[in-house]
Amino acid sequence: MNRFITATLSIAALVATTGCMSPPTNLDVSIIRPTVDKKYVVTLQPPAAPAAINQLHSWQVRVASSAGAPVAHARITVDGGMPQHGHGLPTRPQVTQELPDGTYLIEGMKFSMTGWWEIKLAIDSPEGADKVTFNTVVSQPAAGR
Amino acid sequence: MRRLHSMVWMLGSFLATSAALAVTLAQAADGQTAARSDRWNAEDRAVLASLSLKRLAPVPVDPSNAVERLPAAVDLGQRLFNDARFSRNGAVSCATCHDPQKQFQDGLPVGQGVGTGSRRAMPIVGAGYSPWLFWDGRNDSLWAQALGPLEDAVEHGGNRTRYAHLMAENYRKEYESLFKAMPRTEGLPRDARPNGSAAEQAAWAAMDVRQRENVSRVFSNMGKAIAAYEKSLQHEPSRLDRYVDAVVANDPAAQGMLRANEVKGLRLFIGKAQCVTCHNGPLFTDQQFHNSGVPPRNAASPDRGRAAATAKVRGDEFNCLGPFSDARPAQCQELRFMVSEDPALEGAFKTPGLRGVAQRPPYMHAGQIATLEQVVRHLVEAPHAKVGHSELTHTHASKTKSTHVERAPIELTDAEAADLVSFLGTLNMDRQPAVAAR
Repeated sequence: MNRFITATLSIAALVATTGCMSPPTNLDVSIIRPTVDKKYVVTLQPPAAPAAINQLHSWQVRVASSAGAPVAHARITVDGGMPQHGHGLPTRPQVTQELPDGTYLIEGMKFSMTGWWEIKLAIDSPEGADKVTFNTVVSQPAAGR
Repeated sequence: MRRLHSMVWMLGSFLATSAALAVTLAQAADGQTAARSDRWNAEDRAVLASLSLKRLAPVPVDPSNAVERLPAAVDLGQRLFNDARFSRNGAVSCATCHDPQKQFQDGLPVGQGVGTGSRRAMPIVGAGYSPWLFWDGRNDSLWAQALGPLEDAVEHGGNRTRYAHLMAENYRKEYESLFKAMPRTEGLPRDARPNGSAAEQAAWAAMDVRQRENVSRVFSNMGKAIAAYEKSLQHEPSRLDRYVDAVVANDPAAQGMLRANEVKGLRLFIGKAQCVTCHNGPLFTDQQFHNSGVPPRNAASPDRGRAAATAKVRGDEFNCLGPFSDARPAQCQELRFMVSEDPALEGAFKTPGLRGVAQRPPYMHAGQIATLEQVVRHLVEAPHAKVGHSELTHTHASKTKSTHVERAPIELTDAEAADLVSFLGTLNMDRQPAVAAR
């Protein structure tokens, strides 16, 4: 987990500046975040191997209460986009399955280019409605690969 | 007076000569610095590498078209593509607007079939990589796309029942080697289709369900053969590919491959001109829909682009989920996760690919912009969109500050704009695309 976080931060530092601006230097790319009103703690789980640009793929997300207990039967909607480009997500990802331990499968994710993407989740359950935004930086494979 | 005149003339020519000399010296200096301008840092090299044709993955399989890889389908598709009998007047084939000698487009602002169309004919090579076909993405497969113009009143102006007769009379053997037996066409009306003229619709309604299904199936199979042919067409490497591959391989020959201003243009393309944010990858398109404020061709009835197309693709009988698709519903993921009902789709059109772009004016979805210089100027000026909202911003924007991060305006000097256009020439095609050797 820590290795992943470090790796993600390194990627963020190394990002290919594809023509607008680099992502902000203080971009928070942590994959565990509390929701805005602190009702939940959400862990984002990207796929083990990053998907190719424009390839449909799945992520998982784990929703826990602020005390850490898994939250079942939550309704989650997914939104987001590239803030520096002024456009949203190219697809409409959806939670298609509820997995054990408060984990949910999000299918239909797709990135149409490298750069800084926001993934915005709106979460609703008997414990209340709340939101969280994650940042992810999709990077270019190095030249010569 | 005459002496003054000749003095002015001499002074003028002296200044002109000095200026010319200065320019020549500057260009020579540029030639000196051209070696340095070919130096790319690691990040830029990664971006350059991503543009090379070598990085183009094999074309994705379309599970909805079971024959797309069969050589016999490619052959049949090529013959149908060029057969003008598949039109109301016997004079329009796919090749009419998608001329194989012109990168499979026609060089006109809008297509001219039996009548005048409303959109620009798109080049075909690489279309197999798009999940959505047409400028607005209203079809979700290459084979479904081929059927639209065939029944469009101003394009081919024909109908599926007429085409079924033609297939039975001229292509029975080829058809039956790929698909099931050709259904009986005797006794079918000459002209009938579900969405046609009153007479065509009446004739269609008078056919029994089985006959209608048979005719639609023959029609869908025509599309599948045409798609097999189109998908087999491949891009040839361009000067840019040779340059990028040499840069990535640290080959010193790279330095002689592009002119200094072309290299400058490439640097702008992947840098401050922001082109690569939409024109990315080996095909120079993100395959997505964007609004850049292109003025509508018909202001009275402006083209809504993608916004009007999502309902069409969902309702299309020839889509991935329909009865003529060879795919299982679980394989129709693009349709399942399609964005619709998003204000950003208003006036949004698919990012076109840029290979060969300098050789095929005019530009945009109805050929509204005549030259690449004007395209660059349009993207810099970033006019407000007449339909929907442009993603681009311009300098000296309104005084009200946006509450969210907005895209930075594209700012280019005239010289930079010219360099960018020069760069686009490096994507020229030396030869027309052809069917891959088998």
